[in-house]
Amino acid sequence: MQEIIEKLQNITDDKTLNPAQKARYLSIEAENMLPYPALDAQTAEALKQRVICDMYEGHAPYKPRYVLPDYSIVLKNGSAYLELPPPETLDEAINTLMIAYHHVPSVTGIPVYIGQLDDLLLPFCDGVSDDALYRKIKLFWRYLDRVLPDAFMHANIGPTDNRVARAILRVDAELKQIAPNLTFLYDPKISSEDILAMATNNIVECSKPHIANHPLHAKLFDDRGYGIVSCYNVLPIAGGASTLTRVNLKEVALRADSVVHFFAEVLPHYMELNFRLAKVRVDYLFNKSNFFTSFLVEEGWIDPDRFTVMYGIYAMAEAVNILQEKEGLAGQYGFDDVANKLGYRMSEEMARIVKNRPLENVWRGRAMLHSQAGISIDEGATPGVRIPYGTEPDPVSHVQALAPHHQYYSSGISEILTVDETIKNNPEAMLQLCKGALESGFREFTANVASNDLVRVTGYMVRLSDIAKFKACKGSRTNTTALASEAADGTGILDRKPRVVGHELYPSYGQ
Amino acid sequence: MNSIQATVNKILTYSCVDGPGNRLVIFLQGCNFSCVTCHNPYTVGLCNHCGDCIPACHANALELIDGQIAFDPSACDQCDACLDICPISASPMVQNISVADILEIARKNKPFLSGITVSGGEATLQLKFVITLFEAIKADSELKSLTCFVDTNGHLGAQSWGRLLPVTDGVMLDIKAFDPALHHGLTGQNNAKTLKAAKTVRDADKLYELRFLVIPGKTDTEAEIDGLTKFALSLGPDIRVRLNAFQHHGVRAEAQGWETMTKTGIDKIAAHLRKAGIPEVITPAFYL
Ligand code: SF4
Ligand code: SF4
Repeated sequence: MQEIIEKLQNITDDKTLNPAQKARYLSIEAENMLPYPALDAQTAEALKQRVICDMYEGHAPYKPRYVLPDYSIVLKNGSAYLELPPPETLDEAINTLMIAYHHVPSVTGIPVYIGQLDDLLLPFCDGVSDDALYRKIKLFWRYLDRVLPDAFMHANIGPTDNRVARAILRVDAELKQIAPNLTFLYDPKISSEDILAMATNNIVECSKPHIANHPLHAKLFDDRGYGIVSCYNVLPIAGGASTLTRVNLKEVALRADSVVHFFAEVLPHYMELNFRLAKVRVDYLFNKSNFFTSFLVEEGWIDPDRFTVMYGIYAMAEAVNILQEKEGLAGQYGFDDVANKLGYRMSEEMARIVKNRPLENVWRGRAMLHSQAGISIDEGATPGVRIPYGTEPDPVSHVQALAPHHQYYSSGISEILTVDETIKNNPEAMLQLCKGALESGFREFTANVASNDLVRVTGYMVRLSDIAKFKACKGSRTNTTALASEAADGTGILDRKPRVVGHELYPSYGQ
Repeated sequence: MNSIQATVNKILTYSCVDGPGNRLVIFLQGCNFSCVTCHNPYTVGLCNHCGDCIPACHANALELIDGQIAFDPSACDQCDACLDICPISASPMVQNISVADILEIARKNKPFLSGITVSGGEATLQLKFVITLFEAIKADSELKSLTCFVDTNGHLGAQSWGRLLPVTDGVMLDIKAFDPALHHGLTGQNNAKTLKAAKTVRDADKLYELRFLVIPGKTDTEAEIDGLTKFALSLGPDIRVRLNAFQHHGVRAEAQGWETMTKTGIDKIAAHLRKAGIPEVITPAFYL
């Protein structure tokens, strides 16, 4: 008891947290005093050893991890619960959305999805001049960053070339804010070359947006569509993901004697335990939490049948290198053909297992495989199927080494291509690189320009100048190339608690 | 014809500094200038198989077979010791690569490429190869959308330009200096051919950009910058000039003692050129 009181007091008295951040951490501590949903002994042990992991989502899943409301409902009907009439003007529509966001739960308490903004706002833009539109979007953007300061809050635009998408790209490049995260959905048959170039020029400016391969995503979903949320998670609109549980492939590989043993026994075993972990969490959410009695369901913003389970995997690079060593092979993941093929085989096998495992209370009865990008406490484990930071080959070889994985990860996969700053004199190269990546089967194109202040770590944005300031206070190193990778482990930015953070990265106090 | 080979120092499938967009860059071995400031001097000479580099290789990647140097890429760890020791600025690691090989590489990387650039060394020393390669790309239904660029010092006669330009989409032309004596001192050659080449290429509407290396105390003088301004403007109203800043990275001993060019210096010159009416002046994205 004394220990708990001390921990809670550390939170309430913390110098670096604001009251809202304290309230959030206190609520997490309270939730985690509750017993965990009942797990069988094997699953509990694997969780304890962190071969499998629940992302520290909390002991009592009383809300889904990710919620993607169909915001067109509230824009069309208004909301009886929120006492909102249907909006008629652009101002009213933006105002309605701003209100709506505050009622959308998520794992962090801040919405991870703020909508397909061009589709939502275009119907209100008749008679609004380009200049007025630009000014309204700019205020909206400033509001989002200042009031909902989370780098995982994600807006979508595209695939059409339209006024709202253009205004958003213009404002985003101008303000260079951490929030919101932004994805442009690209479809070579629908999007103009011009707007794709505008988006890739923005990447050169500020490392945003992501470019999503719309045709590849769209065909996996239905007419209500999908949204890209949080870092780069691809989920059904009017639904979301109940939970994300993940397998640490490095830990799995360490428990295997050989490649044969890995595929025949160890991998299927831990994958099954990870399914069980997801299942108890989904069961609690659906059967105990009363979440789905919310007005969100009643008014049709979300539909309980549209919540999937994200089946995460990470540390493939380490897993492949460990197995290569056990087989007496020298080739390294990302560089060697044999090593890369072993990786592709893992992806294919895991996709097969996920496809064959029914789950109740899950959209279409199956989980969706996800290449998971990591949280602050991951050590010695590279996100998803990525090549370890700092050792990546040139961007073209990088894409070619990882492209064959992308077909298997239906709920999202993303690699961060780091491009040196000479590209600033030649943004056409970024456009070409993007087209090449998407044509090679990348589901998502994400790039960092090395010298930009705003850079992506695991999928969310940080400001290097923030980190540099922090480091300067501590009087530590000056090597700029080390900065980005230092930031990647999260500890550097944790102590400082910038105003805008990625809450998902720090699932509880002290992590 | 596609079996014709070139001596190739290096091939890159990603480069955003060798022309518009992302380009496949073929660095050809051998150069007719001997620039003190060359930042990849090991592309200058052609190997005479003296064998001096063999003992320098700690990885046993080099040997003499029938009097010819043989290189084993799988053993090499790119330490570059062999480059440092070579008395004639050659490289034992060059490969002979055919036009067909390059087409194959281009096909494999096509979705990522805006075009192909031959650089060096001095690319035009292997003119026949370059022309054959560009002709082959333009004749290939899958590859013909790739633009073909040459990065050159321009030291090439009118007749050769007449053969090269029809199959070339763009030329990046390096001018080392405007004062003939200074040019000779820096490169060991005269600049008359280069200056003439600029006009020839310009008349064919193929001049993508002029490149000028700014060296403190040598090519940043008023006279040189004035020469550059006048020359660029004489070529037409829409010329593009890229200023490169002299840095120590890669250069041989003699130039290591020279002062490096700063951002402030470059920015000042760029402002001067813009003010004089040159519409597009590109400056380095970063300084080492
Ligand atoms: S590379 Fe240079 S040192 Fe080596 S064999 Fe050729 S000429 Fe001699
Ligand atoms: S670069 Fe390669 S060939 Fe040259 S010395 Fe080093 S290991 Fe040997």
